Amino acid sequence: MRIRHHKILRTLLLFAFAFACVVFAGHVEPVLGNTDGVTSIFRPLSQPAQEIKETSFLVLAICAVIFVVVAGLLVYALVRFRHRAGDEASEPPQVYGSNQIELAWTVLPILIVFVLILVTTRTIADIQNRKAPSTAVQATVVGHQWWWEIRYPELGIVTANELHVPASDGRGSQPTFLKLQSADVAHSFWVPQLAGKTDVIPNRENLMWIEPTKPGTYLGNCAEYCGTQHARMLLRVVVHPPDEFERWAKEQQQSASADSSAPEGRKVFFANSCVNCHTISGTSAQGKFGPDLTHLMSRAVLASGAAPNTTDNLRLWIRDPQKIKLGCLMPNMQLTDEEVNQVVAYLQTLK
Amino acid sequence: MAIQEVALTTGRASSISLVDRLHGLVVTVDHKKLGLMYIGTALIYLVVAGLMAVAMRLQLAVPVNTILEPDVFNRFFTMHGTSMVFLVGMPIVAGLGNYLVPLMIGARDMAFPRLNAFGYWMFVFGGLLLYFSYLGAPGLAGHGSAPDIGWFAYAPLTGRAFSRGNSTDYWILSLLMTSVGSTVSAINVIATAVALRCPGMKLMRMPLFVWLMIVVNFMILLALPALSAAQIMLLIDRYLGGHFFDTQAGGSAVIWQHFFWIFGHPEVYILIIPAFACVSEVVPVFSRKPIFGYPVMVGATVMIGLISTSVWAHHMFSVGMTSVGNTFFAISTFTVAVPTGIKIFNWLGTMYGGRIRFDLPMLFCIAFLFQFLIAGLTGMMLGVAPLNWQLTDSYFVVAHFHYTLVGGFLFGIFAGFYYWYPKAVGRLLNRRLGLWHFWLFVIGFHVTFDTMHFSGLLGMPRRIFTYDLGRGWDTLNFVTTLGALLQAVAILLFAINVVRSAKKGKLAGNDPWDAWTLEWTTSSPPPDYNFATTPSVRSRRPLWDLKHPEDPDWQYE
Repeated sequence: MRIRHHKILRTLLLFAFAFACVVFAGHVEPVLGNTDGVTSIFRPLSQPAQEIKETSFLVLAICAVIFVVVAGLLVYALVRFRHRAGDEASEPPQVYGSNQIELAWTVLPILIVFVLILVTTRTIADIQNRKAPSTAVQATVVGHQWWWEIRYPELGIVTANELHVPASDGRGSQPTFLKLQSADVAHSFWVPQLAGKTDVIPNRENLMWIEPTKPGTYLGNCAEYCGTQHARMLLRVVVHPPDEFERWAKEQQQSASADSSAPEGRKVFFANSCVNCHTISGTSAQGKFGPDLTHLMSRAVLASGAAPNTTDNLRLWIRDPQKIKLGCLMPNMQLTDEEVNQVVAYLQTLK
Repeated sequence: MAIQEVALTTGRASSISLVDRLHGLVVTVDHKKLGLMYIGTALIYLVVAGLMAVAMRLQLAVPVNTILEPDVFNRFFTMHGTSMVFLVGMPIVAGLGNYLVPLMIGARDMAFPRLNAFGYWMFVFGGLLLYFSYLGAPGLAGHGSAPDIGWFAYAPLTGRAFSRGNSTDYWILSLLMTSVGSTVSAINVIATAVALRCPGMKLMRMPLFVWLMIVVNFMILLALPALSAAQIMLLIDRYLGGHFFDTQAGGSAVIWQHFFWIFGHPEVYILIIPAFACVSEVVPVFSRKPIFGYPVMVGATVMIGLISTSVWAHHMFSVGMTSVGNTFFAISTFTVAVPTGIKIFNWLGTMYGGRIRFDLPMLFCIAFLFQFLIAGLTGMMLGVAPLNWQLTDSYFVVAHFHYTLVGGFLFGIFAGFYYWYPKAVGRLLNRRLGLWHFWLFVIGFHVTFDTMHFSGLLGMPRRIFTYDLGRGWDTLNFVTTLGALLQAVAILLFAINVVRSAKKGKLAGNDPWDAWTLEWTTSSPPPDYNFATTPSVRSRRPLWDLKHPEDPDWQYE
């Protein structure tokens, strides 16, 4: 019996150790490394994600020390005080407790907790109490089932699913302050490399800010379950160098292009109920339920990231949105193949 | 004497027809039968909800998978969560309390036997009502069927505008029913422990298990009304034109979250403390020492119960509370770490200097200690509000609470199950099958939930039915799914063991573990009346006193 117990114990330890090694070796690269498209919270490229990462390393270190000490004591007790052959005859000394020891392992955790409280309080204050500087870009993000409406009230821009912001480079700080609202149910705005998540709740306005430093496209998701297509409510934040951001804003401020190369498609679009849900500025299409299409072709994805914005996908999407995003609120308009091609041609003029 | 009587009764039982035996179950008010019925029914729901988890894992094994449609997936995680908490966790807590509390305090039954039966049947029918929604709740075309609102049912997704049909109503009504069952069962356990203790058993001589059960059941009484009240308000919103959570008419979605988590956070402790209770009985017996620091353990548990009522909004760090609110709930959350740490240290103190036997109940306790330690530490990370902003609603949180509820709760319950099964059935569970169950489950558990932490750190949100290639989540998710399959095999072996050992297991005798509490003085299984004569005790370990008259506990306590 004794040998078997011993073996079990050794296997347990070996297994735990080997597994920990494999797990860490396998995941250090994606979690900490510089892999493309991976949205690790440990690869921040913006405040406040940067500060959260620094805090988290301190917390991780404290937790690691606690784990090593307690797990070490546990392993020590298991090995040192395991049942051995010949132990059956007698019982070990019966110890009922010790007030000194109890006091020690009450006070020690209290001290650790005190450190954690200080760190947490400071980080919360740093992030939440920041005031918007006059240079800040102000944007409003409205969550819908299952897409994001994005408005820049000061710039007079309305777009969808892709938030464009300037980078804060050497020339000065230009953070973006976001007002978060919801048109229907609760959502949550989360782009891990930029900031922690803030919920997007109807009948309430939440605030958050980001200050990315490196141009690029950052991915995120809706992080609060919001119904059928919660999984396909993806977010993209495009960070531009400041001058490029201004150029982008100028383009977005224009009304829809007057390109008249697709008159049939235009006719189909305006003859159907597309106009009840979508806005195309400068036309009679002023619907508010769906994404603004004024500059549709400036966006990289369709249906909140469900598919890349290509001609084929546009066709698929307009023929039957349920094929790409089952459950989404855009209906199948029962257009003929010819009509679909015409509408797609029209939409592709909306640069 | 008692053993012979039981042999006679069981001998007769096997000749009784199936109909009579089922009838016996329906009309019984015996705390032992009801306790086992609670646990048996809970294990059936465990298998059902577990299979849903396996189906979800298969869907997530590879990116852009199409095994489950979005709505089916959403129903599965709603039913999985709701079932595991209300139809597995809660009834196991009630079942353990029912079966063990009277035996441990030397009583013949619960204080209110009929109320006890009523509570059980409310739970059964509540559960059936919830699952009946799969058949009975079709609403508008494409809606309905089972609820798909997530187990915490955030408003206003539950309003009539967004949840058409009746599935949300089934969710509300079935949980209201099971809540009635849990409430009467809680009153019953408290009344039993307070009023029916045998002579000599002062409060501070109760087995730690009974103390912890008292704390848990007080927490049930405190927490459940918040949920029930919120659910009734939601019904009023849905059918009587109320606007509590109707944001389109000025209601508040955040108020629902407060109500839910005022219930929901204590609920987590309601589940984990019974696991503590099992561990607190098993660790001393298999270390051959009394529990280290009994009064401190009692105090720490009461403290956990009290503090747990003031930490609920740490589930809501991302809803946009003020910095003061966030700081308050971060501090209260860290405070729980102190009494929880004390408990872990006291279990270690119990093992230290003992002679630890590695029988199956103890193996589950050891795994529990490791895993609960990690769950506690990730819990502290989540208490750091700014870090929580990154981790909440991600797979890190999914990993964390499964570490608590599987690695903690379920492992603790398995320890208790292997420990008390011989008492309830009269036969020991097969050791070889038990070892297979243990190792497969440990390995499966870690493969599943360790990897989930990493997907969370990589930005994977929870409750998504699919994900795209290129986010770095595919390998992790595939491994997670493999782990889930391993766990399923382990549970299958456990089920086989439970059924097989009931017929073919080694006879247990009264006291197979050389233990110390009163339930081991009576036969296995105990007779209907538990004890032929009312026992009387002079210490926390009456059987130790009996076995060691030269060195009894009451000289030291």
